[in-house]
Amino acid sequence: MGNVYVLAEHRQGELREVTLEMLTKAAAVAGQTGGEVVAVLLGSGVDSYAEKLGGFSDRVLYVDDPLFADYNSEKYQKALAALIQEYKPELMMIGHTTQGVDLAPALAVELKLPFIPDVIDINVEDGKLKPVRQYYQGKVNANFAFKGEPPYLITFREASLEVGEPAKSGGVEKIDSPLKEDIAYRRFIEYVEAEVGDVDITQSEILVAVGRGVKEDKNMPLIEELAAVMKADICGSRAAIDAGWLGHDRQVGTSGKTVKPKLYIAIGISGAFQHLAGMKGAKTIVAINKDPDAPIFTEADFGIVDDLFKVIPKLTEKLKELKG
Amino acid sequence: MNIFVCVKRVPDTSEAIVKVDDSGKGVDNSKFSFDINEADNYAVEEAMLLKEAKGGNVQVVCAGTQDADVMIRMALAKGGDSAIRIDDPRINVIDPLQVAKVLAAAIKGKEFDLVLTGCMANDDGNMAVGVALAEELGVPHAAMVKKVEAGEGTVKVHRELEGGVSEVVEMDLPAVITIQTGINEPRYAPIRGIRQAQKKELSVLKLDDLGVAPEDVGEDTSLIALENFYIPEVESKAEIIEGEPEEKAVILAEKMVKGGLL
Repeated sequence: MGNVYVLAEHRQGELREVTLEMLTKAAAVAGQTGGEVVAVLLGSGVDSYAEKLGGFSDRVLYVDDPLFADYNSEKYQKALAALIQEYKPELMMIGHTTQGVDLAPALAVELKLPFIPDVIDINVEDGKLKPVRQYYQGKVNANFAFKGEPPYLITFREASLEVGEPAKSGGVEKIDSPLKEDIAYRRFIEYVEAEVGDVDITQSEILVAVGRGVKEDKNMPLIEELAAVMKADICGSRAAIDAGWLGHDRQVGTSGKTVKPKLYIAIGISGAFQHLAGMKGAKTIVAINKDPDAPIFTEADFGIVDDLFKVIPKLTEKLKELKG
Repeated sequence: MNIFVCVKRVPDTSEAIVKVDDSGKGVDNSKFSFDINEADNYAVEEAMLLKEAKGGNVQVVCAGTQDADVMIRMALAKGGDSAIRIDDPRINVIDPLQVAKVLAAAIKGKEFDLVLTGCMANDDGNMAVGVALAEELGVPHAAMVKKVEAGEGTVKVHRELEGGVSEVVEMDLPAVITIQTGINEPRYAPIRGIRQAQKKELSVLKLDDLGVAPEDVGEDTSLIALENFYIPEVESKAEIIEGEPEEKAVILAEKMVKGGLL
């Protein structure tokens, strides 16, 4: 009882960090439920991942099959459905990632599992699992409970916690693939790499980042002027890229780039978790936003709560004066 | 190509102060402005582009109250042919799997090639209804899609992955696709379209009309429970600069220059 299973996520020759984050959380939960931490790895010739997972798990179940060379949610669903029915975990954790959100809801429907998506933390009260999630883009938290019987299923938000040290030495058990044949109705074709732009923002020392608060394309010269005096490159949140103000190569966040500049000025960015994950490694963060509750302020070193259109022109002017 | 597009009406809380209401399980939404969910707006546009390229019709589906009609009519004004709104307070909107069951009941048995949804609702952030809906309908799916290329009996999509990489996937039709923001440039509804939209069919249905047993999609049978909402403690180490806007700008400039940040 109380066993916590974690689906290992990997892509293009890389074990994804969210896997170790989940195993770290799973160890904390299993420590309270008295269960084991079990990593489930579906892949082809990825023995090195299996070994690494052992450092964070009590057991590693490894299906080594060419059918799992590339991710395909339909194949994963079939395999996991069979494994969950066989091993009956208390909790199955899948990353709240582009792989996980493509998989978990359908799996939950198929097996009629109690399912909570985008969990950021799991409390254990009287032996019962109480997932925590967020509403309204981080402005409200919600305590959830499962009803009915396990197995329970969650997707777990990436970058919610720091990965611990490998403290376990779980053995790797190669198991037979529950998937006996390929899936015909959904086919993986290829990966297409990100566009390369004129500036590599992952190498920038100073970044001026814009978000929804900048409102319109015609306001961008205001930002460009500031960036010029700061000798900064310009990047943005998803909203700025979706609106077409900047190219995709300038997007900061989980679906864009992860940046670590010396200075990051977030202008009109509320700070969705996907954005924060991409920029919280910056050495110094300045946030300018008129909403005092904007999550961006949780990562900021300096904050200005005000109308950016009143602050930015003066900031540019003063910087010109000080640096001129 | 016959398309269903699912839409949700959500509050814009991006710059709003959110307060938990007296029930502890909801928020005071009296001061919010509401509109179509951002990703759903892109899904509507994608449906229109596909209809324009391939012919066929677009039906809008929404679970919501009468307040959603303005938003639904806008989607019709952009070229949607008809709409179904499922208006029933017994639907447990907290549970994405139950919402998916309701939407599936509205679509099941009808002819369709594609169902499009937004990949995420900005209020609950579940990212779950579209993929669950596919399973309910028994058709393949792809989530977080930034490009759709419809073929004959198949559809090729680009899924947006972490780090700007895309995964190209091909599926047999019919299928469900959850649309990521930025896939297209949502149009504004033309004036003529807005006038025409008033005359288009918008059916308002109850669970009973769909043959859904209310208890199957109600809170009592949900396998998850929302216990309470709370406002998270903001652990901010930020030094908040005070003053008039221009004073703040001057202080920040001095901090950056004298602090050696620039």
